[in-house]
Amino acid sequence: MQPRDEGDVAEAIAQARAAGTRLELRGGGSKADIGRATGCAVLDLSALIGVVDYDPAELVLTVRPGTPLAEVEALVASQGQMLAFEPFDHGPIFGRPAGAATIGGVIAAGVSGSRRLTAGGVRDHLLGLHGVNGRGETFVAGAKVVKNVTGYDLPKLACGSWGRLLAMTEVTLKVLPRGRTSASIAVEGLDPAAACAAMAAVLGSAADVQAAAHRPAGEGPALTVVRLEGFGPSVAARTATVAALWHDLAPRSLDEARADRFWQDLRDLAPLGQGTLWRINTPPSAGPAVVAALNPARWLFDWAGGLTWLTADDACAVRAAAEAAGGHAMLVRGGAALRQATPALHPLAPQVAALEARVRAAFDPDGVFDTGRFTHAD
Amino acid sequence: MSLVMPAPDSRVLDRRAAIVAALCAIVPGEGVIDEPRRLKVYESDGLTAYRQPPMVVVLPETVEQVSAVLAYCHAHGIRVVPRGAGTSLSGGALPLVDAVLLGMAKFNRILSVDYADRVAVVQPGVTNLAVTEAVSPRGFYYAPDPSSQIACTIGGNVAENSGGVHCLKYGLTTNNVLALQVVLIDGTVLRLGGGHLDAAGLDLVGLMVGSEGLLGVVTEVTVRILPRPETARALLIGFATVEGAGQCVADVIGAGIVPAGMEMMDRPAIHAAEAFVHAGYPLDVEALLIVELDGPAAECDHLVGEIAAIATRNGATTCRAAADEAERMRFWAGRKAAFPAVGRLAPDYYCMDGTIPRRRLPEVLARMRVLSEDYGLGVANVFHAGDGNLHPLILYDANRPGELARAEAFGADILRLCVEVGGVLTGEHGVGVEKRELMPVMFAAADLDQQLRVKAAFDPPSLLNPGKMFPLLHRCAEQGRVHIHGGALPHPDLPRF
Repeated sequence: MQPRDEGDVAEAIAQARAAGTRLELRGGGSKADIGRATGCAVLDLSALIGVVDYDPAELVLTVRPGTPLAEVEALVASQGQMLAFEPFDHGPIFGRPAGAATIGGVIAAGVSGSRRLTAGGVRDHLLGLHGVNGRGETFVAGAKVVKNVTGYDLPKLACGSWGRLLAMTEVTLKVLPRGRTSASIAVEGLDPAAACAAMAAVLGSAADVQAAAHRPAGEGPALTVVRLEGFGPSVAARTATVAALWHDLAPRSLDEARADRFWQDLRDLAPLGQGTLWRINTPPSAGPAVVAALNPARWLFDWAGGLTWLTADDACAVRAAAEAAGGHAMLVRGGAALRQATPALHPLAPQVAALEARVRAAFDPDGVFDTGRFTHAD
Repeated sequence: MSLVMPAPDSRVLDRRAAIVAALCAIVPGEGVIDEPRRLKVYESDGLTAYRQPPMVVVLPETVEQVSAVLAYCHAHGIRVVPRGAGTSLSGGALPLVDAVLLGMAKFNRILSVDYADRVAVVQPGVTNLAVTEAVSPRGFYYAPDPSSQIACTIGGNVAENSGGVHCLKYGLTTNNVLALQVVLIDGTVLRLGGGHLDAAGLDLVGLMVGSEGLLGVVTEVTVRILPRPETARALLIGFATVEGAGQCVADVIGAGIVPAGMEMMDRPAIHAAEAFVHAGYPLDVEALLIVELDGPAAECDHLVGEIAAIATRNGATTCRAAADEAERMRFWAGRKAAFPAVGRLAPDYYCMDGTIPRRRLPEVLARMRVLSEDYGLGVANVFHAGDGNLHPLILYDANRPGELARAEAFGADILRLCVEVGGVLTGEHGVGVEKRELMPVMFAAADLDQQLRVKAAFDPPSLLNPGKMFPLLHRCAEQGRVHIHGGALPHPDLPRF
């Protein structure tokens, strides 16, 4: 099913509800290999494309959800702006070229990149939406201005909902000016704990870094990097601040090509190779404990240690390590058998799961979107 | 009180003595207030036009007590109104005659601060400013800074998703909260979110923030803290026209600058503020901008120059950068005193809070002037110009018969105008009782129904903070917004309050 507009989406969902069938929502399919195969019908939203309104001075962009992420990013870049949460395309993580990811898919999957550490995630930039709930009813939530507290903040629920609440048909995002210049400063040879301590020192200072990440030794020595963005004089002053804080660690600036490569690696996860891939959110200082507990062959820290990407096959051990570190683990990539047996999303505490189920029923009482793809409680 | 609130439940009122006794058993000592004289203290919040003493006040000290109070009220069908410091400007904490007022003031401890992870875990009764004070010796602060920050509590900030003058750059409460402990109406205690970014499941923390006390009672909040910027600089810029000031704001954003704060005042607000605090504001301008920059000195110096050039290009008649910290504070003194300053122009004022697309500002102010003449009431405007959040202050005299009603009608017309030009009813004060009946101006029935279903997922019997945020059914029906056919309510599954 490929609806062309909101009316088609509503009709398709209403029909599925009446027929008692379940629908998997899809944009460009760049994340189609996340979660288990369900055999459910796919509602393909990739024909809902186009920019509805973009006024750079208002910092607001309204777009249809099937619009390719690359098009949205090119549009805002043409006005010196950006999606500050630094979304990325999952294609390369699954060995496919980038380009398929849509803005709706980015929102539904809560995809935020390295700058999420300081600029906020998708959740902090989705201002409003039009959507269709599991009853097949169209509704709007939020608004098209940057500051709004009118009614419940339902757009927050759409971010990271993985198509389990509603089908978005129009989204309004906050956009921000792109920094005019950028600098990446690195130190070599730190172990996980020392890397997190070094990143925390910078984040606790007035250096105002935008991103902080760490790559362990592999092809080269371990590299701990912070990225600064902004106006030239500001980046220069803050670079000096970082250099002073890291004085004893022999910091150096990465040239543009090396810096681009480092941050690109964090988006497409090339250094992690293939294998079962996990995404683990913890407090930043707990990242080293996760690595110590699992001793993975390959791993990366983003978000100053608060996001660990690693490859490991023992799902129980990964989930236990994430919980022990005060966080949660998502199974991003794995073989079909593992994905069949292991829910992609980290299981919730029973009472939170019960509340989440009631919230889902508030959007989708008959379970049209309950495909069981991401959690196994459905 | 002219405001219509949910009809009191006589079965609850008849049992008042038994309810007080039960609450005393849960919260011993001084934790229950039922004397009429002492209940009067709680009869209103920051929206003082409406007053109603509660049936009883309970001031729990532990999460277990909060849970037990809510479970008791749930079991007995008793309404509950949560309250922090009672500074809401939208009547969010307005009591009900048949409700328990659940005061969270005794939850006033900062539980932990983690400087490496840059988070603080605080109880909801801690004031906004106290969080900053607790972490400032280490050079940190809590970014959201609502104007009531000396008094307002973090729990109230979570309920209202409070902002402040710095939220264009640093976000509202929702962008600065990582985790909550919440008690549901049935007494269930939950932890939502954690010390990490992004939730494992649905973003229920994001839903709770700004839910105006209708979904649950917050008993613990994990907030992000930030290192304090090295320096702050401010510019004071006057314009002969509102259009010039508006274009200057657009051009600053267009130049890639996100100031820490960007405040605009119109002529009546400028004159009132200057007469009150003698901030040195120019009096021959139609609009005044205060633009604040923060960060490293090198950045601030650079941007002061850029903004001065943009201001000149837009026909600024005056443009002054504060020479020192004392002058910067003087620039702000006028803006911060704008409300009381305007308050000297009339016996009463009514503060509105809409957001508009900034480009519509000149038109909105012009139409507001026409409304002002039609209603025969003055209006002064202060404006968080960076994010389009308008605070019209309507001048009236409550002692003159009918004038409060006229001020309210004028305010409602202003908010309708905000929605008409593509904006919203409230940018930071919340809907509360104040803007409840205007919700259908912004949302269709299907939109409100979706929100009501979410409410029912948390609080099926609708006992938490009834009469807030959503229009009351009969008013709705009178206005033709709910169509009843053959006596059957649409969506009979929905609670209506």
